[in-house]
Amino acid sequence: MGEVNAAESKTPVASAAGDDDLIEIIGMHKWYGDFHVLKDINLRVKRGERIVICGPSGSGKSTMIRCINRLEEHQKGQIIVDGIELTNDLKQIDAIRREVGMVFQHFNLFPHLTVLDNCTLGPIWVRQTPKAEAEATAMEYLSKVKIPEQAHKYPGQLSGGQQQRVAIARSLCMNPRIMLFDEPTSALDPEMIKEVLDTMVSLAETGMTMLCVTHEMGFARTVADRVIFMDGGEIIEENEPEEFFGNPQHDRTKLFLSQILGH
Amino acid sequence: MSEVAQHYPPGQHPDMPPPAGQRGVLLWLRTNLFSSWINTLMTIVAVYLLYKIVPPLLDWAVLDAVMNAANRDECRQLGSGACWAFINDRFSILVYGFYPAAERWRVDMSFILLCLALVPVLFDHVPFRKPGLIFSCVYPLIAGWLLLGGFGLQPVGTDEFGGMMLNTVVGVTGIAFSLPLGILLALGRQSHLPIVKSCSVCFIEFIRGVPLITLLFVASTMLNYFLPPGTTFDLLLRVLIMVTLFSSGYIAEVVRGGLQAIPKGQYEAADSMGLKYWQSMRLIVLPQALKISIPGIVNTFIGLFKDTTLVLIIGLLDVLGIGKSSLADAQWNGLSNEIYVSIALFFFIFCFGMSRYSIYLEKKLDKGYKR
Ligand SMILES: Nc1ncnc2c1ncn2[C@@H]1O[C@H](COP(=O)(O)OP(=O)(O)OP(=O)(O)O)[C@@H](O)[C@H]1O
Ligand SMILES: [Mg+2]
Repeated sequence: MGEVNAAESKTPVASAAGDDDLIEIIGMHKWYGDFHVLKDINLRVKRGERIVICGPSGSGKSTMIRCINRLEEHQKGQIIVDGIELTNDLKQIDAIRREVGMVFQHFNLFPHLTVLDNCTLGPIWVRQTPKAEAEATAMEYLSKVKIPEQAHKYPGQLSGGQQQRVAIARSLCMNPRIMLFDEPTSALDPEMIKEVLDTMVSLAETGMTMLCVTHEMGFARTVADRVIFMDGGEIIEENEPEEFFGNPQHDRTKLFLSQILGH
Repeated sequence: MSEVAQHYPPGQHPDMPPPAGQRGVLLWLRTNLFSSWINTLMTIVAVYLLYKIVPPLLDWAVLDAVMNAANRDECRQLGSGACWAFINDRFSILVYGFYPAAERWRVDMSFILLCLALVPVLFDHVPFRKPGLIFSCVYPLIAGWLLLGGFGLQPVGTDEFGGMMLNTVVGVTGIAFSLPLGILLALGRQSHLPIVKSCSVCFIEFIRGVPLITLLFVASTMLNYFLPPGTTFDLLLRVLIMVTLFSSGYIAEVVRGGLQAIPKGQYEAADSMGLKYWQSMRLIVLPQALKISIPGIVNTFIGLFKDTTLVLIIGLLDVLGIGKSSLADAQWNGLSNEIYVSIALFFFIFCFGMSRYSIYLEKKLDKGYKR
């Protein structure tokens, strides 16, 4: 796993494990200054796979999934998304970002635009979709997240749960192949968590490839194909949910699970 | 009354007006003018001051004022108030400067067209906005042609510009060009590209560290040293460039303040959608940052407009310069109040207009955000 080479990155990299891998992370490291925040991350995500990432605060979960769409830059190793390797090439970054939707902890809706405009902005400007078509698609997704009647309001006029569902709809309007979620429910009041999780469950049922950082273990049990546990910038353990929760291998996993499920 | 005591079954309660004394003029008076003894005292003092100031002012400016007279002495015989006859007599030179009398319709025309060009820029629900904006974009060319002549119109040199027209030309040009330039500088200052960033920083800091008068002197004299000998470079043009650069430095800092108030999450959301840098600036960041910066931007514009009087120092006769030189006229000796009040009024109308517009704009843009 050598340094990234610009010449070889021009052509899509054929992965060894077959075409089914949408995301491949191979020996990836990242530093913030001298601080080694991600250490030798290896991860393959198949098309349609749903992965939940958990771990204590500061373990590098956000940093890892933000590397996948280049909100953060990795310094060593390879990240290959949908056959395109992430390098400094802006074209490739844009190509990957078009295919990867992201939902943030604090929604990050655009406050000066209506809900509908939030949803159509990406399709219109990035995918050059005609406005009418983009609006029709947006209304469709807003119906799927059950808030079509809020389309002409501004984000500031919605509840947190509604805002997060708009954020999900906004990402889906770009018709992404992969959805990244970074603690989508942790800024929400308990009664709103369920509505957002329900939206995510129904999204999972459509076969969307999802990487989700969350502490909602119920969600992980019902939806995830695999649960990944991170600590100290490393992937400590990786297993199917039943095994992961029923029979954790690593001491740190056990400790974490006892803390999070204990109360 | 029985109405107050009456009980209604749950869910049946009608809407009622608030009790007497809780609404109308009396309530307003009580809460706003006489809510405490300090408030009452201030109300009384204010009324007394108004009584002392307003009637005499009215007498001077309107009731005892003289509109038509041949000279100062005649004025004094006709009335004890303001001698507006003086302003009447000097009106055209105060407005047009030395612009040839036969060609002054061109100044009027460009002012009317300016107002038309501003409408689609300032208001968004007007008919024909799209073609209107195109007109606004070509307006500078039309105005330049009208004012300077050529192509069928008699040429007028910029040394014949003067009066309010000169202030308006300098002010409007400065405002129109310093806003985009200032925004670019603000973005440059935030840039990750080191050269762009350091150029912007140097430029902004230089501009802010030097008085406008110095820049105007540089424009009027020193530029000749730097330009190849024999090049003529219109003085007014140099002034326009200096004024624009000067206020763009201030605009840049105001806009930077707005940019810094935009949360990082907005940039990240825009990036993660795949928007390009200029797209995310234009669609996401600038609309929000400029909205926050409106008061500061308008403040800078108002300052710029008033600073146009500084061109007096390098020998251009703006409205203040012409007013001052009119005072030297033996026929109208010593009527400085009238002149300065009129000039103040001219500036006040423009600046107050800008201020009101900015309030309107803030209110309009605020609607969406608030619950
Ligand atoms: N921009 C940055 N500069 C320096 N250090 C950073 C930066 N961002 C994050 N870190 C550090 O990197 C580590 C991993 O951060 P990260 O946000 O990925 O954690 P996390 O697992 O998502 O935690 P949480 O559950 O609290 O969100 C933390 O120790 C954090 O302090
Ligand atoms: Mg995090």
